[in-house]
Amino acid sequence: MTSEQSATVDRQLRIDTGSAETLAGYALIGPALVLILVLFILPTGAVLAIAATDWHLGAKTLSFIGAANFTSLLADPAFRAALFNTAAYSLMVVPSTLVLGLSLALLIESGKTLRAFYRAIHFLPFMTSLAAMAIVWEMLLHPTIGLVNQVFAAVGLPTANWLRGESTVLPILAVIGTWQSLGLALVLFLAGLKAIPQDLYDAADIDGADGVLDRLRLVTLPSLAPVSLFVLIVVTLRAFAAFDIIQVLTRGGPGDASVMLLYALYRESFEYFRTGYGAAIAVVFLVIVIALATLQARVVNSRASHP
Amino acid sequence: MASVSVRGVSKSFGSTPIIDGISLDICDGEFLTLLGPSGCGKSTLLRIIAGLERQDCGTIEVAGSKVDHLRPKRRDVAMVFQSYALYPHLTVSENMALPLRMRRLSALQRLPVIGALLPNTHSVSAEIKTEVARAAKALGIDHLLARKPGQLSGGQRQRVAVGRAMVRHPAVFLMDEPLSNLDAKLRVQMRGEIKELHRRIGVTFVYVTHDQTEAMTMSDRIAVMLDGQLAQVASPQQIYTSPADRRVAELIGAPKINLLEATPRGEGLLAVAGSTLALDSKLDGGNNITLGIRPESLQFAERAGLNTLTGRLRYVEHVGADLFAHVDVPGSSEPLVARLPVELASSLQSDQSVHLRVRREQALLFSADGRRLSEGDDQFTQLRSCAG
Amino acid sequence: MTLHMKILAGVVRHIILLTTGSLVLAPFIWMVSLSLKPPAELFSSSFTLLPEHWFAVENYTKALTAAPLPRFMLNGVIVCAAILLLQIIICAPAAYALAKIRFAGREVIFGMVLIGLLIPHQVLALPLLILCYWLGILNTYAALIFPFVVSPFGIFLLRQFFTSIPDDIIHAARLDGLSELSIVWRIMLPMSLPAVIAFSIVSVVSHWNDLFWPLLVVQTQDFMPPSLGIVTFANAEAGNDYGPLMAGATLVVAPLVICFFAAQRWFIDGLTAGSVK
Ligand SMILES: Nc1ncnc2c1ncn2[C@@H]1O[C@H](COP(=O)(O)OP(=O)(O)OP(=O)(O)O)[C@@H](O)[C@H]1O
Ligand SMILES: [Mg+2]
Repeated sequence: MTSEQSATVDRQLRIDTGSAETLAGYALIGPALVLILVLFILPTGAVLAIAATDWHLGAKTLSFIGAANFTSLLADPAFRAALFNTAAYSLMVVPSTLVLGLSLALLIESGKTLRAFYRAIHFLPFMTSLAAMAIVWEMLLHPTIGLVNQVFAAVGLPTANWLRGESTVLPILAVIGTWQSLGLALVLFLAGLKAIPQDLYDAADIDGADGVLDRLRLVTLPSLAPVSLFVLIVVTLRAFAAFDIIQVLTRGGPGDASVMLLYALYRESFEYFRTGYGAAIAVVFLVIVIALATLQARVVNSRASHP
Repeated sequence: MASVSVRGVSKSFGSTPIIDGISLDICDGEFLTLLGPSGCGKSTLLRIIAGLERQDCGTIEVAGSKVDHLRPKRRDVAMVFQSYALYPHLTVSENMALPLRMRRLSALQRLPVIGALLPNTHSVSAEIKTEVARAAKALGIDHLLARKPGQLSGGQRQRVAVGRAMVRHPAVFLMDEPLSNLDAKLRVQMRGEIKELHRRIGVTFVYVTHDQTEAMTMSDRIAVMLDGQLAQVASPQQIYTSPADRRVAELIGAPKINLLEATPRGEGLLAVAGSTLALDSKLDGGNNITLGIRPESLQFAERAGLNTLTGRLRYVEHVGADLFAHVDVPGSSEPLVARLPVELASSLQSDQSVHLRVRREQALLFSADGRRLSEGDDQFTQLRSCAG
Repeated sequence: MTLHMKILAGVVRHIILLTTGSLVLAPFIWMVSLSLKPPAELFSSSFTLLPEHWFAVENYTKALTAAPLPRFMLNGVIVCAAILLLQIIICAPAAYALAKIRFAGREVIFGMVLIGLLIPHQVLALPLLILCYWLGILNTYAALIFPFVVSPFGIFLLRQFFTSIPDDIIHAARLDGLSELSIVWRIMLPMSLPAVIAFSIVSVVSHWNDLFWPLLVVQTQDFMPPSLGIVTFANAEAGNDYGPLMAGATLVVAPLVICFFAAQRWFIDGLTAGSVK
């Protein structure tokens, strides 16, 4: 074989074999890729596009109205209520979940007995159907036969029609939200506690910080700071996505007192069929979620680089 | 059984060339070792032979025919990996049976339930089972067949890896540092066993290592690889006594060969470390030359003279039958190491002046660029044709 | 700390944790308790844990017959199993390609997976609903399954695991004669069992409990999964017949709770991994 011939063979070989691996790669990823395009990427584009129109679901015509949906969102009292309620709900759920989760984690870690048991029972609500449990909560909060009012009455506390009161509905939803997310915060904090090296505690002991509170202040809490930031974001993301309890318990009522973002999205898009408007809410929701998720990715990465 | 030819193979990762135009013929039934420092591309070359990695150019032949277009499983080669690469979720017998099942059973027959219902599956499976059992017995792992790799010791895993390669009766065995994860004692034992395996089944072995003892003790020939190129391919003895260049000489031999700056004086005379050596070879003038002397090529001498180097004894290391004397000589920052009989120990004191005679016929000369000089009588540096 | 203090601290710890634990469990206890009681006792002003007259058989029979509860559960099993199976069939090869195969465009595709990971499903509900309408699959199992057959989280999680499997194993498998697809099924997936289990739990739990999407695409009880089914049941009963309703809720919640106590570790690890996405 002349060197010229061998050069062509070589070149062919390179093309052949390079493309063989490429081909295998595409064949393996093909179905997933097509489905991601069809089920995620294109729909996202569609939402963005629909948000710029005045389309009503089922209507034959639509027109492009630019950012009009967003400006009317800002002026819409119902949407402002949704935004406000979501923020208020999150401001109640997130701190209480964090504080309770951390306290319970510390308490569970402080002893050796029954750790797995306590962890399990506190975690249970996180994995059960919130829709089904919302029905149970409705019973618990029932004005006359509900356990809550019965107990409150027995110990002389004021009773109320919790889910129908303008001022009680959000706090009570926040209680349910906290009840559900608590287990997640707890196990994340427990994992964080496990990761604190014993060396740090030993060092604190030698430095004379051997009281429970000293150790907490000097070692435990500072070491948990990154985990806490992470839990904060995860719980906030969940709080912003509250839907099931509103759909089952309040339908946004009384009035608009418990309308939140996702419920507003659902109502506009699928009950009022104001599709373009609903899509605009979806975009707002997406922006918030992406902002939080980016923050979360930052936290995860910085945790990975400084363990 | 088959010969293997590597012809002009190159490979780069990105813009870094890793293998640079290597050609090598490996004979049928030969035990050839690829020896080289870490990162020089040994594994890459082995993977190219196996078909796991594609060369950028050049061809591979097995038994005289090109295999470049063939996928790894069609090349009739088996490989033992440094990490053993046993499937952790399969038992030892399933690990060993897998290559046979993939070759002898159709895709349908390999299915869990349907396969069992098809005709033939049962008889082929039984056949595979006996073959696995036979190979396991030969390797002394027949009592481990039901275990998972996680429950085995390092040596046992190593044997299973060899077993998985062996059951297929491949034409070529490729081994990538199969002993490097074992402790020193086990390594010596497995060295013997692999050599014995080679003797018994007689197929071609290509064995990668960066351990010179393994290379020296096991190989028919050693291919020394440096920076993606073959520096020398020759028998262990030739590599040791007659290295093709300075880097090969440095790579082989423990303790390392002594290298001294030397200046030719004409007439076969060489000025080195304050002394004069008379060598047979006719050296041209020219200044920078390196003299290589292996520790055993130095002898204790009572007094200074021709072919004798004089220096100050730094310290003595005892290694049983011999001792290594570390001697500072003028013009060299590194001490000269001489292997001397242990009886001399009593007459050697630190800081005393010692004389060492150079065995002239064993001295090696390298030019400034590292090439071996005076190759008059030994022509075997680049032995391309197959020995015997 | 003296011994006394230690014992005291231990006791306090248990008292607090038992209290919070029973508060957390109160809804579950209340649910089960009501599901055992006859209607008369529900309205009595004094609360007892156990009924005076056991009414469990009646309540549970009613729950299983008045509403098509077995149907809801069966739907849940069918939908969750189909989703999980398809997700694994589609995601595992993709994850393998992203982890171990070099091809042009790999980074871009991985970028798309990450984008998919970021987008909450509710945002896409509208276009997906329209898609299902175009495909004519509204009010069928297909509508409940199709939008979830590819899971960016599944691809991401499996890819992380596959990446940590040494290349030598794959090389050995290729030499042993396995095709790329059989490497995925026979080597990669079995070796990544913890990731597969974690992912399965995340997938099954979220689809068994999902309310939002079924609410949009399913109108008839024939296809309702458990969460939507029990909510529909509650609305239909107009909030009177509490005993059977609580029995129904108990039945909907029970399968996952039982699995949870059987495989606690896996659930906690899986769901926390899932929430990290
Ligand atoms: N897939 C790859 N991508 C980029 N570089 C690679 C790849 N595989 C190997 N290399 C590089 O090629 C060089 C040679 O690698 P190779 O594994 O062949 O070395 P080796 O001689 O077997 O070393 P060792 O004795 O340590 O096993 C190394 O520098 C390595 O970093
Ligand atoms: Mg290597």
